[in-house]
Amino acid sequence: MSEFLLLAFLFLVGGVVAVPIATRLGLGSVLGYLLAGIALSPLLALLHVDVIAIQHFAEFGVVMMLFLVGLELQPQTLWAMRARLLGLGGLQVVLTTALLAAGMLALGQDWRIGVAVGLILSLSSTAIVLQTLSEKGLMRSDGGQASFSVLLFQDIAVIPMLALIPLLALPDLAGHGAGGHGGDAAHGSSLSLVEGLAGWQVALVTVTAIGLVIAGGMFLTRPAFRFIAAARLREIFVATALLFVIGIALLMTLVGLSPALGTFLAGVVLANSEYRHELESDIDPFRGLLLGLFFMTVGASIDFGLLAAETLPILGLALAVMAIKGGVLLLLARIFRLRGGDAWLLGLGLAQAGEFGFVLIAFAIGAAVLPPDIAPRLTLVVTLSMLLTPALFIAYDRLIRPRFDREEPREADAPEPGHVIIAGHGRFGGIVNRMLLAAGHETTVLDHSAAQLDLLRAFGVRAFYGDATRADLLEAAGIAEARLLVVAIDDPAQATALVRRIRHEHPRVHIVARARDRRHVYELYAAGAHDIIRETFDSSVRAGRSAYEALGMHPFEAERLARAFTTDDRRALAELAPLFDPDLPEQQNPAYRARARELMEAQTEALRHRGGSFRERSERGWTPPTPRDQDIAAESEG
Amino acid sequence: MARIIQYFAHPGVSASRINAALWRTTEGVDGITRVDLYAAYPRYDIDIDAEQQRLRDHDVIVLQFPLFWYSCPALVKEWIDLVWEHGFAYGQGGTALRGKTLLLAISAGGPQDAYRPDGYQHHDLRSFLTPFEQTARLSGMDFLPPYVLYGALRADPAAHATGFARLLAALRDDRLDRDAAMGLPILTHDTLPIAEA
Ligand SMILES: Cc1cc2nc3c(=O)[nH]c(=O)nc-3n(C[C@H](O)[C@H](O)[C@H](O)COP(=O)(O)O)c2cc1C
Repeated sequence: MSEFLLLAFLFLVGGVVAVPIATRLGLGSVLGYLLAGIALSPLLALLHVDVIAIQHFAEFGVVMMLFLVGLELQPQTLWAMRARLLGLGGLQVVLTTALLAAGMLALGQDWRIGVAVGLILSLSSTAIVLQTLSEKGLMRSDGGQASFSVLLFQDIAVIPMLALIPLLALPDLAGHGAGGHGGDAAHGSSLSLVEGLAGWQVALVTVTAIGLVIAGGMFLTRPAFRFIAAARLREIFVATALLFVIGIALLMTLVGLSPALGTFLAGVVLANSEYRHELESDIDPFRGLLLGLFFMTVGASIDFGLLAAETLPILGLALAVMAIKGGVLLLLARIFRLRGGDAWLLGLGLAQAGEFGFVLIAFAIGAAVLPPDIAPRLTLVVTLSMLLTPALFIAYDRLIRPRFDREEPREADAPEPGHVIIAGHGRFGGIVNRMLLAAGHETTVLDHSAAQLDLLRAFGVRAFYGDATRADLLEAAGIAEARLLVVAIDDPAQATALVRRIRHEHPRVHIVARARDRRHVYELYAAGAHDIIRETFDSSVRAGRSAYEALGMHPFEAERLARAFTTDDRRALAELAPLFDPDLPEQQNPAYRARARELMEAQTEALRHRGGSFRERSERGWTPPTPRDQDIAAESEG
Repeated sequence: MARIIQYFAHPGVSASRINAALWRTTEGVDGITRVDLYAAYPRYDIDIDAEQQRLRDHDVIVLQFPLFWYSCPALVKEWIDLVWEHGFAYGQGGTALRGKTLLLAISAGGPQDAYRPDGYQHHDLRSFLTPFEQTARLSGMDFLPPYVLYGALRADPAAHATGFARLLAALRDDRLDRDAAMGLPILTHDTLPIAEA
């Protein structure tokens, strides 16, 4: 227990100290984690910690990340990407592998080793690149999208690679390596559903498993999540989300597929679901922590002894690999018509080798493909290339981006045209939503009533499950880019707190808020809401107007009287608002009390005179001249 | 039998002496359609389709209102602006009102002698009404001389009101001598060229 606590403590300290410093220096969080890992490595060695085991555990962060990436990606979007996914991604893997294999041949290695090394190094680091791209807000740029397509293809390509690598086994290595720990990496585990099955059976099981994930995502998740949501227990929902992701990863592992691919698919299936934002905000912290841990283990697992002994050749190899990968990517960027800055983003961003490389190296050793003297050097090359990546991103930021930014205004990665978020879709928010949709605006509705959401979804409304007062959920729903927030939730105190927070964190967003009563109006006013609407005032005034008409008043007069009443009431409200002190009950606020009493008296006075001044004012207008006026006019004309 | 529709427009009915009296009186005229425009659209949300259908369904359109600043009250203007659309009242395909008749019934606060070139209003009443006259002409309608009460601030509404009821009934029964009427600058309760039944 204390050992676990010590380890957790060390890694957390490393991250907490290094990452803020690195981001402050503009190096990005990934480099921060890597440096923290390097700093920790002597301590970990002293404690005999199995860093590689921790790394395998932390790789689950990549699985979660792909789940989140999937959630952001509607199936339609994925389909639209198919040309780039297969073309750009496929060519990148094939060309890079071929060139690297040729290089290995030139260095005098066996061709089989060459191909294996080529495959291993052709993969880039999904973890580093996606993390960095989203940190820099480049995910939506053309270069970011292209990078994503290539990474996605690579993640999928891992599966056939795992099948291919054993075929490259070296006869003279087979004796001592084969059948070893080829399976204890992330792919294929000691438990397997497909072991000993014929090819077609394996295919059948595989297809069934994928079908299960898709069908489950489409049909099972909704009732399950609704059931869980009804319990209104946050941690149970989080647990369900984790259970879901881990379950899929497990299933994929059992049938020998990439768990990252499986959860990615599940994410895509759920991208249209009302629970998307909730899942996103629940899983995201785990992803962040695990990825951080993963990067630290990469830093900590550097074999400094070997590196010190062969600094120049290994560094040279790492640079050569990055140059080849970058070159291939730049060439492909040309062919696929990526423009200036975007082409460089792709070329520089994906030039490193990645975490799947570690997985494949372990697998290749087990499959007797890599001789023991090559493997550790290869690991160092991969690690160094990952370490150098933040430097390339910095180069992109400082040297490339400014140049192209000036030439061509960037269009693609600007946030979507501001949309509207409606917090709470009850009787109040529902009407606001209908009106906005009718006027052609895009809305995102957040509500915590699952039954309500089903109904909305049936009508094609973009509605999501979740407690709208939670900061992370609003972030996931895109409050940062929203133009307008409608706070229509029931609970006055929560509404006020929400308004105050959004005004503080996103002062740009316009807020329309629903108020329970007068006091709540003042609280919302103090909290900074732009438009404050009393939930029953307008309908009550309309009821009063109907009463006027029913009593025989002309409809136009009834309308004018109702308007006059509204104006009067709002004027009184506005007059009292500045006197109101949210920390003081009204009866202890002398200024407020005095003015309220005055206004009240004026109103009773008006009532006593059957309308009085109020009625007089509302009837002003269309007052004809007196006959006497005309006499004067006639006389003055002579 | 002609189909008559009377539009009554007064924003302050409870303070009206003349026009309210006219409105009450035409209640007794059978077979005509009566619309209180300010009651139908107290929030100015005019139903254009319904109004256009109403106009199609009638032959004589009567607009009755007090003269406000030498023109009509605001809602009447809004109603014309929205209902007498291009393609309905005028322009290409705008033939819906062709051959129909427009009659204005107006009460003016100013006395008759004020509405003369040498009076303090400097023009006769018809000059102020030329926008309506031209609106009717553009739509292919006959524009009858307006039915007028001058000095509406002092005048007794009774005779003017019964005259108005007689006028509407005569239009309904085609008993108005149109040629004679067209020769008059304005119609008043004591000059109606009506062939008594
Ligand atoms: C806003 C306003 C404007 C008026 N403008 C005129 C005018 O331009 N010429 C005129 O003769 N009388 C004018 N008057 C007097 C009205 O025409 C007169 O009050 C009305 O015809 C009386 O009818 P009623 O009893 O139905 O209200 C005006 C009256 C009001 C209230």
